[in-house]
Amino acid sequence: MLAVNFLLLAAVLFAIGVYGVIARRNAVMVLMSIELILNAVSLNLVAFSLMTGAIDGQVFALYVIAIAAAEVGVGLAMVLMIYRNRKTIALDELSEMKG
Amino acid sequence: MSAVILAADGVNVAQNVGFGIIAAIMIFAALNVVITKNVVHAALWLVVVLSGVAAQYILAAAEFVAISQVLVYIGAVMVLFLFGIMLTRAQIGKETDLNNKGWALGIPVGLALFGLLAWVILDAFGDDVLPDRGPAPTVMLSDQFLSIYFVPFLAISFVLLAAAIGAIVLARKD
Repeated sequence: MLAVNFLLLAAVLFAIGVYGVIARRNAVMVLMSIELILNAVSLNLVAFSLMTGAIDGQVFALYVIAIAAAEVGVGLAMVLMIYRNRKTIALDELSEMKG
Repeated sequence: MSAVILAADGVNVAQNVGFGIIAAIMIFAALNVVITKNVVHAALWLVVVLSGVAAQYILAAAEFVAISQVLVYIGAVMVLFLFGIMLTRAQIGKETDLNNKGWALGIPVGLALFGLLAWVILDAFGDDVLPDRGPAPTVMLSDQFLSIYFVPFLAISFVLLAAAIGAIVLARKD
């Protein structure tokens, strides 16, 4: 199997995730797109681990999974708090910090 | 095209075919995550993408990572997402204003990013063949975690603890 198979698949997932982050208005959907991006990165790490024979790539992939779990927990708690205060989670309505 | 030539040479055709099928399903599901009009459907399509990633890990001989992916992402993160959707939405169903006003800007950005990445990848790793290694033993992984990656391991434990406490503090009612 070729290394570019994995790398191109990860690039496609990454680009789709970036599109989702830009296009979506709902905060939960943006968090889902971020999950796509993180998965693309750890797919790359595992592919490089297979390519070089060193296991460090898999260690990093496990770190990415742990960080993603923490990020989703805190992110969804923040979204819940915003929803409780504002009754909306549309990202373009949270514009107090706009100059 | 070089993939086709290699397949014709008999370089692990079954692995390539399996990879292609799973990759096609994953890309279709990922596109559905970002274009569907229903938030719950987006979460369910995300399950398909995450399972596909786990299958690709198994193809890449990383079994422990694949199992962690299933446990953490499909088991825990998806439940969190579904809870988040249910707690922040009044109605479950189609929605018309899920996209920003400037959502079309995302298409050229995504395409340009993919083009750039594909160019760089094909330029750098154009014909690197992945060797046929057996599955990496989990003992190797734990040896790494408990020797040279021990301090990061403690750090990530602390991050998870802080995230759990932070999430409880943020989401508490009063």
